[in-house]
Amino acid sequence: MNVHVKYRVAKSRLAQGLIVALAFIITLPLLAIIIFIFREGITKINWNFLTHIPKPVGEPGGGIVNALVGSILIVLAATIMSVPLGVLCGIYLSENKTGRLSYWSRLSVDVLQGIPSIVIGIVVYFWIVKPIGGFSAFSGSVALGIMMLPILIRSTEETLKLIPPSLKEAGLALGLPYHKVILRVIVPCGMSGIISGIMLSIARIAGETAPLLFTAFGNPYLNTNLTKPMQSLPLLIFNYATSPYDEWHDLAWGAALILLFTVLLLNIITKLTTRRWNVQL
Amino acid sequence: MGGTRASKKISGSYKQIRAETLFRRSLIIIGAAMLVLVLGILFTLIVESIPSMKTLGLKYLWGRVWDPVNNIYGAFPFLLGTLLTSFLALIISIPFSFAIAIYLGEYRPRGWLSNFLRNIVDLIAAVPSVIYGFWGLIVLVPIVRSLEMKLGVLPYGIGIFTASLILAVMIIPYAASLGREMIRLVPSPLKEAAYSLGATRYEVIRSVVLPFTKSGLFAGLLLSLGRALGETMAVTMVIGNTSLLPTSIFAPGNTMASVIANEFTEADHSIYLSALIELGLVLFLVTVVINMIGKRIIKRFTNE
Repeated sequence: MNVHVKYRVAKSRLAQGLIVALAFIITLPLLAIIIFIFREGITKINWNFLTHIPKPVGEPGGGIVNALVGSILIVLAATIMSVPLGVLCGIYLSENKTGRLSYWSRLSVDVLQGIPSIVIGIVVYFWIVKPIGGFSAFSGSVALGIMMLPILIRSTEETLKLIPPSLKEAGLALGLPYHKVILRVIVPCGMSGIISGIMLSIARIAGETAPLLFTAFGNPYLNTNLTKPMQSLPLLIFNYATSPYDEWHDLAWGAALILLFTVLLLNIITKLTTRRWNVQL
Repeated sequence: MGGTRASKKISGSYKQIRAETLFRRSLIIIGAAMLVLVLGILFTLIVESIPSMKTLGLKYLWGRVWDPVNNIYGAFPFLLGTLLTSFLALIISIPFSFAIAIYLGEYRPRGWLSNFLRNIVDLIAAVPSVIYGFWGLIVLVPIVRSLEMKLGVLPYGIGIFTASLILAVMIIPYAASLGREMIRLVPSPLKEAAYSLGATRYEVIRSVVLPFTKSGLFAGLLLSLGRALGETMAVTMVIGNTSLLPTSIFAPGNTMASVIANEFTEADHSIYLSALIELGLVLFLVTVVINMIGKRIIKRFTNE
């Protein structure tokens, strides 16, 4: 081998080493965040933490039950509102691949996906909070529901596109009406993909804070009424993390641990299920 | 007797046909609803920012002073803050996201190690932004502060640079996973031709893979930029939230999204509120345009 070739091979090796090193650096911030939140948060979590509301500043102890219950309720309401809409819209787009309306509809979903979450918060404020005259958990659910839609629609559309058209043709040839072919044949076939889409969209919005700032607003007390302001985990973390009080920081750490692990777990479960059914999202 | 059975059958099939039309129609209505939703969002933003457009005019965007107490509204500090944080984050993220894309797309498309890296990248995208913000505030801010002391600038700790660091981590997954897809689309005959001419792996990447995927990688950067521009919580928690014009990249500042998050519920008169919404409108238009250009490029690239 002459010197020139050796130089080129060395250069290639060097480049490969550099690329591998740069690529794997990304694991560091993730590990750092997980380890740090785990170390700080795990000591704060106990039965009291999960069943009590926050104490006023200066008193140690207290918990985040208001945020836990609030997060679950807000996300649940958002899911109930947006899943039927999102799945049906996904069906519409997968059934109508061409056409003017489906082009515009698809474009709208793309636009929706790119809208910053804070802008959704502003808009829902004017659509629901202002006309009603007060912050409410319901408006927060609407904001989160809007953010879920693009993910739901995309995953449903992509899943249903993979189902062989012969299934649909067989159903229609047997004389089944169109809606039964879709709802009893096509959708059950793509069920696993649709369900992972739902879980993925829940994972995406469970940690959203910005759209809740002007809608659900937050509440230091336990509230289960969707028409009243409600606390949620991300809101609690934001408010308490930026406060100057150590007791509140402690609550924020515990809440951050619960939120982070819920979101990561949802993502991992989604990954495992999609791998098992071999569905590409 | 047979007649009634037949008529029952006919009325049954009528019902089915009606159900079928109803189903088709509701699908179309829901498809149209997405368009209505997006237009509604745009319409609301425009209508609510009309008071500010009328009283403040175009100079609003170039005004350098933001002082709601004295009714002076200039959005330039926030525009500058947004551009600085986003582009700085983009520049910081480029080596990492391209390295991941090349590694996963070219060096090792399969195998447990690349699966591991891909999952890590997905989880980076999944961590809620408020958690990035909290971590940044407690861990990153002191680090940046000691760095600033070494550099001899005012050691705020919080500021545009810190926000960019966090943002860089948050946007890496978008450019990386898209870049990976694009790199995998490079036809192998092209690469094999280069190898058979005696090119090394690095030379193949530099003179075949990267030129071929140029536009796709650019689109990935655009989507990352769109994310960075609209990111709110993590930035709000570490940028320092001052309405003064930032003097350096280490100074505290504010972005369009963070000023909305901080001041929206405090806005006590209509022009103030409307000025904030106009910021939201600008943010909406900019991110939508950037996203659309990015997606257009990807579509053209994958169709070719």
